[in-house]
Amino acid sequence: METLAFTFDGGRALPPFAPALVGVVASGNLEVLLEPAQDASCRIVVDTSARGFGAIWEAVLRDFHARHGVAGIVVSIHDMGATPAVVSLRLDQALAAIAGSGEESGCP
Amino acid sequence: MSLSFAEMSARERLAAVVDAGSFHEWLPPSERVTSPHLAQLGVPAAFDDGVAVGRALLAGRAIFVAAQEGEFMGGGVGEVHGAKLVGMLQRALRDRPAAVVVLAESGGVRLHEANAGLIAVSEVMRALLDVRAAGIATVMLIGGANGCFGGMGIVARCADTVVMSDIARHAMSGPEVIESSNGAGEFDSRDRALVWRTTGGKHRWLTGDCDALVDDDPALFRAAAIAALATHRPMTLAALQQESALLQRRIELDAGSADAFELWTRLGVVEAQAVPDIDAAQVRTRRPAAVAGLANGAA
Amino acid sequence: MDWQGVAAQLFGQDHAIVADGDFLAGTASFDGAPIAIVGTTNHAAVGVDLALRQARCILDVIEHHPGRPLLLLVDTQGQKLRRRDELLGIHRAMAHLGCCVDLARRRGHPVIGLVYDQALSGGFITSGLVADACYALPEAEIRVMRVPAMARVTKLPEALLESLSLTNPVFAPGVANYVAMGGVRSLWDGDLAAGLRAALADRDTSDRRASEGAQRGGRRVAADVIRRVLEA
Repeated sequence: METLAFTFDGGRALPPFAPALVGVVASGNLEVLLEPAQDASCRIVVDTSARGFGAIWEAVLRDFHARHGVAGIVVSIHDMGATPAVVSLRLDQALAAIAGSGEESGCP
Repeated sequence: MSLSFAEMSARERLAAVVDAGSFHEWLPPSERVTSPHLAQLGVPAAFDDGVAVGRALLAGRAIFVAAQEGEFMGGGVGEVHGAKLVGMLQRALRDRPAAVVVLAESGGVRLHEANAGLIAVSEVMRALLDVRAAGIATVMLIGGANGCFGGMGIVARCADTVVMSDIARHAMSGPEVIESSNGAGEFDSRDRALVWRTTGGKHRWLTGDCDALVDDDPALFRAAAIAALATHRPMTLAALQQESALLQRRIELDAGSADAFELWTRLGVVEAQAVPDIDAAQVRTRRPAAVAGLANGAA
Repeated sequence: MDWQGVAAQLFGQDHAIVADGDFLAGTASFDGAPIAIVGTTNHAAVGVDLALRQARCILDVIEHHPGRPLLLLVDTQGQKLRRRDELLGIHRAMAHLGCCVDLARRRGHPVIGLVYDQALSGGFITSGLVADACYALPEAEIRVMRVPAMARVTKLPEALLESLSLTNPVFAPGVANYVAMGGVRSLWDGDLAAGLRAALADRDTSDRRASEGAQRGGRRVAADVIRRVLEA
């Protein structure tokens, strides 16, 4: 298991939102939990069973931050060897899932 | 074009079965109540340890509901997963919802947590039996691709109502485990037709081992769950004696053939050979009257 | 210790327990009162037949001997791994056995489980483990699955699982471990009769296993999670 952590600055803060979960921890897949941050940064923590891919994670997550420009958010990931394409998909799905509703939503 | 229950995640299924937007989760993912045992094996945890539990409405009635995620660790029950189910069941004793509904998809004890998983499943069983004894309806919805096996397969049979789709399986040991222990001659795990007529929804319906058989459709699972709200079967001595007689009769009827087609025929199913090829609606009409009568009365 | 040894220590010659193949049943006298015994021997593989046989025996006790204590003697290699048993509904037969044990408990019969040799999960999950409490002899073993099969199913290396079985409470098959985790209430060491006497005297029939696992430190999380769900 490897744990990676990244922080990206800049971007616009999202309106208040309830935590959202997408994806499932299974081979080639991942789950992504989005929560509001206490500060204005975009923090991403990854627990992954696939070791040695730090550079690729950084590239994928930097791209995610650049595309969406979100701030004030904590992204927590449990990964089991998903490809960069699947990671990007789940991250996009997670953002889409934040609908600003009162209840925490969990949908994959 | 309808959705496939089997292809949905646990959370999607749960949302589709209960009244829209009515699910309120206890110990949601953001609380990170995860397994303390997986990291030592290099396996990532899940924020909800593979099961979502909470309360919801079903046709306007208050229920407690749990949905097991079959894709995470095969839906195996570990220490936390089991404790969430036990907590829900104990809470049902206190809060008395109309029913407890479990969307069950599990291989049973989570082997990665071995001893902790075994004790956990046993605690779930005890708690479910307490709920049943308290007169609260218990409903199992089995429709995932991984089926409901092992200790969870037994737990599911302890409920008042078991609903299965024709593509689901409900059993104790999977074909791979049997094959690796006793050879392909005993059980060829690659023979899908054999696997499904041994443990699948159609077989369980015809023998009375499930109470409703539906297509792989969340709307049909929802309808069956609503119908099950009214079903409670007290476990009396007479009911259990009847259950013993039912199982004894089945063993005698099979007379060692261990063949599904033979067994169905002897139970009174017409044109048993056709069963694998017809749809759930047609199979529903073929359950012998004798089986139907017993299924409603037995424990 | 074999079942005859257990019976001799508990009841002396004061018992009429008979083994019929892998099936054990009978009545004994303990502290002047009758006690019913049901169980398995020969490291029994429990299939539909043996599960049903145990179930019927328990129902007979419920019907004919209200309140009589039941001692479930456990020695099993787990569930029978045969296609026939799956076809005939071994999961239903096992559940039925569990429901019979549960009915006995609800009818006021003290129901005590004792693992006297070995117990693999499927063979006793609906007998000893749904009793009021499960006990074990110190030399007994409780396992979920044997290591080679576990390795095949989990895809974890056998060597890793073997080493965890030696060092890690979650994997180690020793019954002292199960005591620490709350799965077994206590061991009957030496004076078996004293163990049975104490078990019969304990009339709190609630499931204390999660709290005992937390108190004893072997299973720290379950009780807290249960409490949190109750309070959520």
